[in-house]
Amino acid sequence: MTSPRAVQARRPRNTGSQRAAADRTARSLRRRRASNGVMRVVVYIAALIATLPLVFILGHLLKEGASSINLDFFTELPKPVGESGGGMGNAIVGTLLLLGIASALGIPIGVGAGMYLAENKGTKLSNVVRFLADVLNGLPSIVMGIFAWQFLVRPMGQFSALSGGLALGAMMIPLVTRTTEEMIRIVPSSLREAALALGYARWRTSLTVVLRTALPGIVTGALVATARIAGETAPLIFTAFGNQFWSVALDQPIAALPHQIYNFAISPYEDWHRLAWAGSLVLITLILVISLIARFATRSKFGAAND
Amino acid sequence: MIGPGMADGAPGLAPSASPSSLPLTPGPTAAHAVSIAGRSLGDRIFRVVTTAFAISIPLLLVLIALEVVVAAWPALARFGFGFLTSSAWDPVRGEFGAAPMIFGTVVSSVLALVIATPFALGVAIFLSEYAPRWLRQPVAFLVDLLAAIPSVVYGLWGVFVLLPILREDVMPFFATTLRLGNTPFFSGPAYGPSMLAGGVILSIMIVPYISAVSREVLMAVPRSQREAALALGATKWETIRDAVVPYARSGIVGGVILGLGRALGETMAVTMLIGNRHEISASLLAPGYTLASVIANEFAEATTELHLAALMACGAVLLGVTLIVNVIARWLVWQVGRDAR
Repeated sequence: MTSPRAVQARRPRNTGSQRAAADRTARSLRRRRASNGVMRVVVYIAALIATLPLVFILGHLLKEGASSINLDFFTELPKPVGESGGGMGNAIVGTLLLLGIASALGIPIGVGAGMYLAENKGTKLSNVVRFLADVLNGLPSIVMGIFAWQFLVRPMGQFSALSGGLALGAMMIPLVTRTTEEMIRIVPSSLREAALALGYARWRTSLTVVLRTALPGIVTGALVATARIAGETAPLIFTAFGNQFWSVALDQPIAALPHQIYNFAISPYEDWHRLAWAGSLVLITLILVISLIARFATRSKFGAAND
Repeated sequence: MIGPGMADGAPGLAPSASPSSLPLTPGPTAAHAVSIAGRSLGDRIFRVVTTAFAISIPLLLVLIALEVVVAAWPALARFGFGFLTSSAWDPVRGEFGAAPMIFGTVVSSVLALVIATPFALGVAIFLSEYAPRWLRQPVAFLVDLLAAIPSVVYGLWGVFVLLPILREDVMPFFATTLRLGNTPFFSGPAYGPSMLAGGVILSIMIVPYISAVSREVLMAVPRSQREAALALGATKWETIRDAVVPYARSGIVGGVILGLGRALGETMAVTMLIGNRHEISASLLAPGYTLASVIANEFAEATTELHLAALMACGAVLLGVTLIVNVIARWLVWQVGRDAR
């Protein structure tokens, strides 16, 4: 910005056009500053609007759902149409059972695959697996439902809790794989080297030193994956199918919270709508609690260990 | 990486330790040989097991594709490519075509992207460039929470809160106040359940996906890139526009395409809001159908084998499209990650 004066000194006759140029510069600077300010406000507003739906949805859930939540809601079956009250106890139990089956399938495979990816980075197979895990992660959950229906339900001859849990578990695999890999990768290599230098075999080093150090992070990843599949409805339409009654039998259809919410929401009955709101509130609370535990687990243990 | 020579202590792996602190290697005794053999056996087992887990992921993907195509085969074999272009859907006469669903899937998803992208980018830029440090974590957490809300809860909220607002306020605003009612895009009666409703709920649902990826790639832009622009006299906004965003562009595009993949396959909320009618209409106020929602909606009532197969064929089309979209998106995001490293 010192150049105008220097130019003036060399060509004194040109002052008029120089001043015009300086004016233009000043004007454009004002314009640039103005657009800078405007865009800052625009970005702030966009960020604000993007978070507003969350506030609306959670607020509405509390308003509509809280009044229907009482002890009965957790212990009773849904009442037939026309009778008020009743609960979604069977669906809550069903969801917990489905999550258990899903975790039993998804977490071991995911952790194993994640360990492979972390310990063999850069090989062709690990690149392919990592890429396909991400692709698998992006597949619509309804496709997973169709797959489980064709692969499990049809051969077994009936809808079942087991097929529902396995469909959800398959969805967990890529999620757990990727977080496990990242968590193992940030374990300092000096730890691994120390164990190897002490004469530990590689597999013992991987399991008792590296995996153990990364464990809090892996637990977090597993919890986040569980929270994500807890609200899945689409795969359950083809597998768990829903059940009006209490059931914990693995080979029988089973009720699940999100699926039940869907059925109640599209029904024309006020009482069932109320149950749907209350069920949604319980489901969201379940998911939030799992997520918060996950965040807490990383922060308290792993964050400290990593510093 | 695991050769037989690496099994015994691997002293070469610890360059930072001074030579004097290394224990003396004992001579090759019988016991030592046994322990080496035992270790390498353990290593082999460990390697085989983790490899098997890793290979299960590609296997699962292949199996999914295979089973979905098998389920859809009766319909695919009978209708061939005509399935994609026909808009007949008559379970009684056994005629099925997916054109209205393909149309609805594409339109609702594109609509969602158009609405969601500016806000998602706004959040990402806010978080990576403007927000003070203490605000970053909470706002990022809030946006991530949007991704944690189950699809069916979005649907419930959409049916009882969003639809009335759209029907009473937004649709009349477009049709009457803006006088767009005569254009084909906003013609017809405003019932509520419609392509517009499906697109709006989808846009809310995909914001967290687009913004999470965008935020990450924006944060991966090197500091020097920003400092260079600022040193040249650029304002903050010019720095973002000319130096930061272009650097992260392909990653942002990848995030948007990832959001597209989500929108294409979203099922429950869309099923509850889009109106579920087998028709192609230019009007955003008219009900539509998507590939995912037709499967969810008609699965329970499909009685004939062909009807079921036709639904599964919709699933196969959806699988094909989302596979392509995801591969493109992942490739783009991966490119940025590689450049940044």
